[in-house]
Amino acid sequence: MKSSDAVIFSWTALSRHRRRSALSVLGVMVGVASVIALTALGEGARRYVTREFASLGTNLLIVLPGKNETTGMFPGAGGVPNDLTLGDARALRRGVREARLVVPIAIGNETVAYGERRRQVAVVGSTPDFRSVRRLGMGAGSFLPESDMERGAAVAVLGAKLAREIFGIESPVGRVIRIGDWRIRVIGVLAPKGRQLGIDVDDMVVVPVATAMRMFDQTSLFRIMIEVRAHSDLQRARQRVLAIITDRHEEEDVTCITQDSVVGSLSQILTVLTLAVGAIGAVSLAVAGLGVMNLMLVSVSERTEEVGLLKALGAKRHQVLRVFLVEAMMLSTAGALVGLAMGWALVRVCVMLYPSFPAAPPLWAVASVVVVSIGVGTLFGVLPARRATRLDPVAALAGK
Amino acid sequence: MSDGGAPIVELEDVWRSYRVGDEVLDALRAASARIPVGDYVAVMGPSGSGKSTLLNVLGCLDRPSRGVYRLDGREVGTLGDDELSEVRHHLIGFVFQTFHLIPRLAAEENVALPLVLDGVSIEERRERVAAALEAVGLSHRAKHRPSELSGGECQRVAIARATVMRPRLLLADEPTGNLDSAAGRQIMELLEQMNDEGLTLVVVTHDLNIGRRAKRVFVLRDGEIVQRVAGSELAPEMLLAAPIEATA
Repeated sequence: MKSSDAVIFSWTALSRHRRRSALSVLGVMVGVASVIALTALGEGARRYVTREFASLGTNLLIVLPGKNETTGMFPGAGGVPNDLTLGDARALRRGVREARLVVPIAIGNETVAYGERRRQVAVVGSTPDFRSVRRLGMGAGSFLPESDMERGAAVAVLGAKLAREIFGIESPVGRVIRIGDWRIRVIGVLAPKGRQLGIDVDDMVVVPVATAMRMFDQTSLFRIMIEVRAHSDLQRARQRVLAIITDRHEEEDVTCITQDSVVGSLSQILTVLTLAVGAIGAVSLAVAGLGVMNLMLVSVSERTEEVGLLKALGAKRHQVLRVFLVEAMMLSTAGALVGLAMGWALVRVCVMLYPSFPAAPPLWAVASVVVVSIGVGTLFGVLPARRATRLDPVAALAGK
Repeated sequence: MSDGGAPIVELEDVWRSYRVGDEVLDALRAASARIPVGDYVAVMGPSGSGKSTLLNVLGCLDRPSRGVYRLDGREVGTLGDDELSEVRHHLIGFVFQTFHLIPRLAAEENVALPLVLDGVSIEERRERVAAALEAVGLSHRAKHRPSELSGGECQRVAIARATVMRPRLLLADEPTGNLDSAAGRQIMELLEQMNDEGLTLVVVTHDLNIGRRAKRVFVLRDGEIVQRVAGSELAPEMLLAAPIEATA
């Protein structure tokens, strides 16, 4: 029996029970579409996060106070970590030749007020290079002036949304606002940027780093960001950073991570997440497989006489098996194809509603869901098909 | 009655027994027969006398429990399922009382089924199906489904299907049982015409008139072939269930 004949023969059987066949196809379709849609969301999240980080450049080193790796020595030996100070930042700027920019960052929360309007926002203390390392544009005025790190001028640059909220249509540049108890002059407004790594850049205020540390009475920086000249310099720069800090603190009490490793581990986490939601979707595929099996069992018992006839005409066991397996495969293949289309449509709708979220099913998910769904359908078709092959021709012809 | 010519069917002491609960039921007892090529045998007897069992064994749908069955010189009683399928496929054609056409397929597609199983190319299939339908006089109904055909036409389609593989042995189980007498007569004429052309024909029937037309009649009772007579010598009392004194 040729494959094309088997397909045609099965088609005539399936098309006789359109609604029943359609329901089976629907089951597989829902399974496939849900796997596609779920993995598309997971993959979208992964791409979103990596894109966010990549927008900051991948040549970044981040130094944070404290060591998050245990050494296995007796506890307490490390003691309280030393502060990460502006002195450290200056030493790094001098000592790390690979560094293009060294940007100390201090962070706190404070109320910004102008007249009667007030707003609680994140206050970021940094240097003029912050703008460069964070790829920020200016909407009006200018960014922090070049000056000694330790000189804390009473100036501030507002995020776009913050400026709008407390100034309305008035131009903020040159005005004096209050940040907590401090009177600060606004020298610029950032261009709108949106959220960046969980901080709403549009809803913050940037002041000189020394100002912020005094404002919040901090002795330690939040972190130091270092942008190296070339990606290949990252590891060497990292070694040098650790050497310099260890030398200054007399112990290695900072953590220095590369942007790459952050992106890498986040991407890995999100890929696992995608796999997990894909697996949840796959459960519905298994259920769809049961649907196919159910339909095939009904089909075999309805067509007992036909099986008997095929045997009387000389059909061998493998030919009878094939007739019913092809039917199960056709159902699951149709389900897989319709499910692909359905899943694709869902993803398109999602992209249309949230254009900034790059939802797209990963290729591995598409490939495996097609293979798995057709495989499941076929597998669940084996049992009914084998039942057909075992029928005794005499009894089957009599419809028993 | 002499068994002239080379035998297509040879049965030697063939039994077919079923286990029903604790009892063993012998549906066929010690059947021995030779059917030469081109013969026309009617198998007759009351209900439950083993006619269908004999036909199923002859058709390789069922295996003898004991004894030897040689079909076309080859012992087939001990073959496996797939080998029996092969034998049925190439040597045997079946015609059933209820036609057993597949309702969703057109007449020509039903006739083509054995060829499809064989993997015959579409062009050759078309030719052979057309020839088979022509032989049963149904060329003009090729595209019709069984539900659109009369009983007689359905049986013609079934005969075309049974003969499209050019079998050596045609087995018909009550081929006129579901037909009115006019259609039944036409079907028997068609089968007899094929017999005239050399096809060996075995017909299971209740119908005395059909039995009389056969070259030979096997009369069964309680699983035994109790009488073999020429069709022309068939007498109604031979077929009674209660054994009466044999007239021969």
